[in-house]
Amino acid sequence: MTTVSVRDLWKDYDGQMILERVNLEVSAHSFVSIVGPSGCGKSTFLRMLLSQETPSRGKILIDGAPLPPEPTEERGVVFQRYSVFPHLTVLENVAFGLEVGTARLLGRLFGARRRAVFDQCQDILRAVGLDMAQGKYPAQLSGGMQQRLAIAQALIKRPKALLLDEPFGALDPGIRADMHELMLQLFEETGLTVFMVTHDLKEAFHLGTRLLAFDRYKTRPEEIGVYGATVTLDLPLDRTTSRERREAMKDLQNKAAAQPAA
Amino acid sequence: MAKRLINRHPSRAGLIYFGLLPFLVLVLLYATGSTIRLAANPNDKLLPGFTSLVDAFVRLALAPDRRTGEILLWVDTAASLSRLGLGLAVSTALALVVGVANGLLPYVRAGLSPLVAVISMIPPMAILPILFIVFGLDELSKVVLIVIGVAPFLIRDLQARVEEMPREQLIKAQTLGASSWQIVLRVVLPQMLPRLIDSVRLSLGPAWLFLISAEAIAAEVGLGYRIFLMRRYLAMDVILPYVAWITLLAICSDYVLRLLTRKTFPWLDAGRGAP
Repeated sequence: MTTVSVRDLWKDYDGQMILERVNLEVSAHSFVSIVGPSGCGKSTFLRMLLSQETPSRGKILIDGAPLPPEPTEERGVVFQRYSVFPHLTVLENVAFGLEVGTARLLGRLFGARRRAVFDQCQDILRAVGLDMAQGKYPAQLSGGMQQRLAIAQALIKRPKALLLDEPFGALDPGIRADMHELMLQLFEETGLTVFMVTHDLKEAFHLGTRLLAFDRYKTRPEEIGVYGATVTLDLPLDRTTSRERREAMKDLQNKAAAQPAA
Repeated sequence: MAKRLINRHPSRAGLIYFGLLPFLVLVLLYATGSTIRLAANPNDKLLPGFTSLVDAFVRLALAPDRRTGEILLWVDTAASLSRLGLGLAVSTALALVVGVANGLLPYVRAGLSPLVAVISMIPPMAILPILFIVFGLDELSKVVLIVIGVAPFLIRDLQARVEEMPREQLIKAQTLGASSWQIVLRVVLPQMLPRLIDSVRLSLGPAWLFLISAEAIAAEVGLGYRIFLMRRYLAMDVILPYVAWITLLAICSDYVLRLLTRKTFPWLDAGRGAP
């Protein structure tokens, strides 16, 4: 059970303000959907949660402790693409995390110990429906199967939080629906805290227990860069009625339509 | 409907035919020129006939040399290939260590990248005299010339390949608990080896160039040495078969490296023919 606190977070690149005044308290076992127009800093926010980037000001606490300065095992990640290792088979990809944890020097195990690790991977492979494709390389898998693999690979380390950066953005609609079911099921089973950046509002509402919208509140050309984006909508989703949900979605869609296509 | 030129492909037989055609034309041109010259002067040395080329090659490959008792072609080939092999092996090892370190470790990159960039701009042939002075006229200076000529290219190429690896992979490996060393060993190296072999294939040409230049200037044995020795006697019947032999060796080494990549890295071909 993992809580995340974000305290007065600011981020700028060379004086260009991206994010400002982000404050959040995320309770354990939350599924936080993050939406917003392109360039609103939602991916930057996720990268800071991952320690891929450091905040300019403010801090992020996970279970009350400051984030380590680099990516670590407690935060798993699934990107839109390139999340899996192309030179390893499905099984080796999933076993990777366990192997590097045990074999500090060579990063891989041999013989019986390797087989034991491979056996440990079977449950999660079955859970994501890849047990029949263990010997295949990622290039031989469809996009949906690759993302299933990326999720399995991340979950085998039992991270405290899972960060998803548009994980289903490149998938066909039908496959996306399957992935949503899988994601919800894994979310319930693991008790994880999940942050997901997405462009798809429906997806954000369907999966999330909480919805965050990032947006710039000052949008005149001369103000962009001086003022960053911040959280403009923070909606707990489990308590909303379907009508509230529809209205909030419509509202966001209208806003998105009003934005320039940049 | 007539297709556009860019959409017209030769058949399998056509591919072989069009591939062989230029060679046939060249052979024919040579034969014609040789016949004309030999008709004018039977002792002409510039364009020897095919029989004398074959005779010379058989003599070099089978008969022991009168002075040394060794079979020249094999002695030369062994000497040249061992220099080339050693030079390329050292270059590849250097490229692997320095290239990966440069691509992956910011501190190493800060220290070594400018140096490698400058060294790669030095024309290797210009420092050949220095190499002869420093390393002597025997094997070492030739190997060093190949290393200086080839290694900087390999290092820079590998560094670029490491740097263009998707960031996502490195981040993912970190979130799975891999250390820097483990990332090198299990993520970067396995993916870089086939790339490195590819660049070694590309640098075979320059490596031969440096080898033959060095042998031409100072050597007692070697394919390049023999060619430049025979030049004094205008012995085209020896030079031409030697050039053909060197070309064959180069083609073979290229083929072997390509085969090695395909056999050793099955995942490279994995994507082909997949749904």
